[in-house]
Amino acid sequence: MNNNLLSLIKKESLHILRDKRTMLIVMLIPVLLMIIFGFAISTEVNNINIAVVASERTDGVKDAVSRIAHNDYFTFCGYIDQDRIDEYLRSGKVGTVIVFASDFDRRMEQIYAGIPSKPIIQLIVDGSNVNTASASIAYLQEILLGRASQQAMFETRMLFNPQMKSAYNFVPGTMGLIFILVCAIMTSVSIVREKEVGTMEVLLVSPVRPAKIVFAKMVPYFVISCVVLIMILLLAYFMLHVPISGGVWGIFTLSLLYLLLSLSLGLLVSTVAKTQTAALLISGMVMMIPILLLSGMLFPIENMPKFFEVLSNIVPARWYIDAIRKMMIQGSPLIAVWKESVILLGMTVAFFGLSLIKFNDKLE
Amino acid sequence: MNEIVISVRNLTKRFGNFTAVNNISFDVCRGEIFGFLGANGAGKTTAMRMLCGLSYPTSGNGTVAGFDIMRKGEMIKRHIGYMSQQFSLYNDLTVGENINLFAGIYGLSKQSTEKRTGELLARLNFLSERDTLVGALPLGWKQKLSFAIATVHNPEVIFLDEPTSGVDPITRRQFWEMIYEAAEGGTTIFITTHYMDEAEYCSRVSIMVDGEVRALDTPSRLKQQFNAESMDGVFRTLARDAERGD
Repeated sequence: MNNNLLSLIKKESLHILRDKRTMLIVMLIPVLLMIIFGFAISTEVNNINIAVVASERTDGVKDAVSRIAHNDYFTFCGYIDQDRIDEYLRSGKVGTVIVFASDFDRRMEQIYAGIPSKPIIQLIVDGSNVNTASASIAYLQEILLGRASQQAMFETRMLFNPQMKSAYNFVPGTMGLIFILVCAIMTSVSIVREKEVGTMEVLLVSPVRPAKIVFAKMVPYFVISCVVLIMILLLAYFMLHVPISGGVWGIFTLSLLYLLLSLSLGLLVSTVAKTQTAALLISGMVMMIPILLLSGMLFPIENMPKFFEVLSNIVPARWYIDAIRKMMIQGSPLIAVWKESVILLGMTVAFFGLSLIKFNDKLE
Repeated sequence: MNEIVISVRNLTKRFGNFTAVNNISFDVCRGEIFGFLGANGAGKTTAMRMLCGLSYPTSGNGTVAGFDIMRKGEMIKRHIGYMSQQFSLYNDLTVGENINLFAGIYGLSKQSTEKRTGELLARLNFLSERDTLVGALPLGWKQKLSFAIATVHNPEVIFLDEPTSGVDPITRRQFWEMIYEAAEGGTTIFITTHYMDEAEYCSRVSIMVDGEVRALDTPSRLKQQFNAESMDGVFRTLARDAERGD
């Protein structure tokens, strides 16, 4: 490596090291996001308040109620009268009311004996939150039918994530988001700042080739991102107990590729944006929102209208998150996600090439 | 006149329909302080950018430090220094780090960087400020440091784009002493300014109006020619007919 490239890299590193606040933010944001997405935001349904209507509190009813009361997902709020169901649901005191038939015990015996029966339990559910409602129904069916459900036709087994932990879903998503944030925003802002302040012109008058200026900018951010990557993996493994079953090296390799892609994106933004604010807005809004909405991080791509499903194909995070999910949770090796890897590689080359062309054009 | 360092013939730059620089020609000799004057929008900066290899002329030709501006832009960049009108060093780096950075960029070896840093700091009386962050220096000092750094690689020509705007009179005076010193050492100075008293300090002055060079001579002969008492008068006479303004 020659002298002028080293000088530039040193300069970029000094900029970053001197800017303690930004450094802190870059290091803290990933940790915060991991904690927020890992713990606080959870699609698991917990603590649904339940009230029970039963004309007779028979042994069968008591048994069923105690099973619900002992379940983490539900909080048993007591027995209520039939005519207060509406009031309880409407006021939000409870999310679900369970109504037991008066001859619940006898009918249950019939079911165990294999005799077909009319419904014996009514679930009245507050449907205003669809997620909670459907989860609540699913859990309650499982709990209430108990032995009876074992005789049912389906046997369900949840592979890879048997406890349905949402951290498993969010960790790959967060990774897809963080690297775009760190790499794309930081690089683009730092390049545009030099344009704004006027130092870029001085650099361009020097004999250093533009490609070198840009390369030197990317190096320190790449190093920082690697540190962040290691931090995230450690947090995911030790704090959120996400299995990193596909092998660390595969995940690392793919993440490095994604880092390069994010850096190229930042570079591309910097060629378009004239001010730091614009750079921030472009990388913040234009990149973050598609990642949140279209990457499959929060909403399953399969459920999207056709238009958005097609659109999601151009969101790089979509492919990265998909691949990381497969490697982390399902334990697939890197070779199993070759399609995603090739797509990411192609995007990186395209973004980088495009931004170099645009960067050189600027000089004319 | 001795050796010619900058030579420009029929240089033109168009942006679409707009002709920013229209057919300008001039020569600048070694060791000259060449004042490049003109109102805002007259085309000074565009012309200067072409000489520095930052943009290509639409037509015409020229050489800087012996290299063709159309084909040898990269070579020109090695032999010129440049100081822009905005303060353009890094505020979050120290004085020493800024010097080292540009020494490195211009390919100076470690030993010569060390030697050159010492020389520059001594000349500026900045030896005690080596580890001060540039952002903490007063503007005048920053401008002097900028100039010193533009000379770090001993360039043949230094381009100064309004280097003294916003600087107090005392620092301006010191700044001009540095310019004279550099010129006496054989460095050619190409300077744009809005201060007409500074124009008087130049060996020769060109005045651009509406993208053309309307006058070019020594300050004393220009004053004679336009029958004015000062450069200010010369400038006013010429700028009065300008069609393009701010």
